[in-house]
Amino acid sequence: MKQKTFTITADTGLHARPATQLVHKASQFSSEIHIESKGKSVNLKSIMGVMSLGVGKGGEVQVTVEGNDEEEAMEAITSTIQEGLGE
Amino acid sequence: MTDCLQGIAASNGIAIAKAFLLEQPELDIQKEIVSDVETEILQLKEAIAKAKKELEMLRDKTREQQGDENAEIFSAHLLVLEDPELIDAVTAKVKENSVSASHALHEVSSMYIQMFEDMDNAYMRERAADIKDVSQRVLLHLAGVENTSLASINEETIVLSHDLTPSDTAQLDRQFTLGFVTNIGGRTSHSAIMARSLEIPAVVGTKDITSQVQNGDLIIVDGSTGDVIINPDEDSIQTYRERQRQIEAEKEEQKKLVNEPSISADGYQVELAANIGTPDDMEGVIENGAEGVGLYRTEFLYMGRDSVPEEEEQFEAYRTVVENMDGKPVVIRTLDIGGDKELPYLDLPEELNPFLGFRAIRLCLEKTDLFRTQLRALLRASHYGNLKIMFPMVATLEELRNAKALVQEEKERLKEEGKPVNDELEIGIMVEIPSTAVAAPQFAKEVDFFSIGTNDLVQYTLAADRMSEHVSHLYQPYHPAVLQLIKNVIDASHAEGKWTGMCGEMAGERTAIPLLLGLGLDEFSMSATSVLAARSTLREIQLNTAQDLASRALTCSTSEEVETMVRNHL
Repeated sequence: MKQKTFTITADTGLHARPATQLVHKASQFSSEIHIESKGKSVNLKSIMGVMSLGVGKGGEVQVTVEGNDEEEAMEAITSTIQEGLGE
Repeated sequence: MTDCLQGIAASNGIAIAKAFLLEQPELDIQKEIVSDVETEILQLKEAIAKAKKELEMLRDKTREQQGDENAEIFSAHLLVLEDPELIDAVTAKVKENSVSASHALHEVSSMYIQMFEDMDNAYMRERAADIKDVSQRVLLHLAGVENTSLASINEETIVLSHDLTPSDTAQLDRQFTLGFVTNIGGRTSHSAIMARSLEIPAVVGTKDITSQVQNGDLIIVDGSTGDVIINPDEDSIQTYRERQRQIEAEKEEQKKLVNEPSISADGYQVELAANIGTPDDMEGVIENGAEGVGLYRTEFLYMGRDSVPEEEEQFEAYRTVVENMDGKPVVIRTLDIGGDKELPYLDLPEELNPFLGFRAIRLCLEKTDLFRTQLRALLRASHYGNLKIMFPMVATLEELRNAKALVQEEKERLKEEGKPVNDELEIGIMVEIPSTAVAAPQFAKEVDFFSIGTNDLVQYTLAADRMSEHVSHLYQPYHPAVLQLIKNVIDASHAEGKWTGMCGEMAGERTAIPLLLGLGLDEFSMSATSVLAARSTLREIQLNTAQDLASRALTCSTSEEVETMVRNHL
């Protein structure tokens, strides 16, 4: 299992396009991927779940990955978030 | 049976075609216990697959016809459709409770819809509509009901609906949509403005057209009178076909005026300009022989996306427009957002009275980062043509001065960066607020021009919401008080050697043109499609007749008196 904490820097937070990108990325892996914010954890492959977290700019999230491809998955998610989610 | 309905005339022209009811059928979803759970799940999967195909088709069609931006809504729908949490929750419900897939999907999606609707963020609340839309699509497939979608229209029709949203109109196929009729709305609502720009005959505000008409009924829409005739007899069809031919002939006649000057019968020249929303509208501007762009509404650059457009993107859009106009004037209005136009990503506060609230220049002077980006893009584009900057909703001189100071700062900064800027660039304001119209003599000393925005000026002067059916009769552009304000603005500008334009709907109306000409208006800006008709009206009137009409109008007691007087004269 891999776990990492990120700060969301996109202006609109984890809404719309940034959320979409992250969900797309997560969906490419077979591992179980969860994202947690303010004590609530959801499936990172679920657009509605991610958006329901309502993470704004500067919000902290914790990503947990568990499964066969957890290494690559975490790497891909990290770079997606660090690239500012295309904003 | 023939039936006649009266609505608000929204876009001229006559259309005769079969009705297409754009209505989501109300599905009655009951809790149903099923014995064969596996079949239910299989049917759910099939319905999702069908919905997916449909959405992909819609996305591709929209992308092809209108570009990536408008197609994005369908990509978002696809993502919701494929959401594993949603699918898992529905499947689990079917298995555990032995209920139908419809019932399970309805329950789960309602839960999400409720959750998003309760959020205090406007963007999230809009997402509730997406989820509703997607689950409805799947539910229709499960019920085996045919889905009515605008993009699936493939024969000539008249579209009937409660209202048409921007995303509906984005899907309208101009080839097959001959006209449309809605239950709600007025002459200046989104649907009406869209109809005029697409040149589709339309009647809005019929209250209940959707309950009076069945799919496939023959309909006649007369967009100049507001009449809608349901299942007309042969005689009426003939009469309207004849009218249609007349209108076509008039249009042909007007086309000859494309390269003619905009002059009165005795040769007094004014400028006829067009209002645009995006660079794509330039084609219509040029085709219709407009002599300038009197209003470029920049908010469309900011809408239908999830973040602020960057300087470079804005610069490209503005440059395209001024270059296309080839030296002719282009008045670009800075961001006019708030009120009825919201930008989810700005997360603006909800207000009790948005039309009197935080919007337009008020917002830009507060969010100066946003404003400076736009000003820089405008200043850079000014080098490529005859660009003029216009600030909306100015109520006080301080606002004007603050906005001008920001322009000056950005101008100097750009020069330091070595970027070319047109130093002669004119800066003006929209006159929409009565205080500004009254204080026009003071403003005239500090602006280069005025442009009267009649839609808001009328609404603020008579304190009547044009969208409210109960008070829309008080929304009177020809009220003598409004005419007096218009005169005040024009006179004030001329006293300082400046000019006044008008960019509201009024500027293109047949009744208004003689009055405005008589009051001394210099520039008339309207939908591109109204320019030729306006030119033709203008060429019928003598300047002194117009002046006489205008001074008599100012002494009239009511709006009706003014309108009757002008009509009797035409």
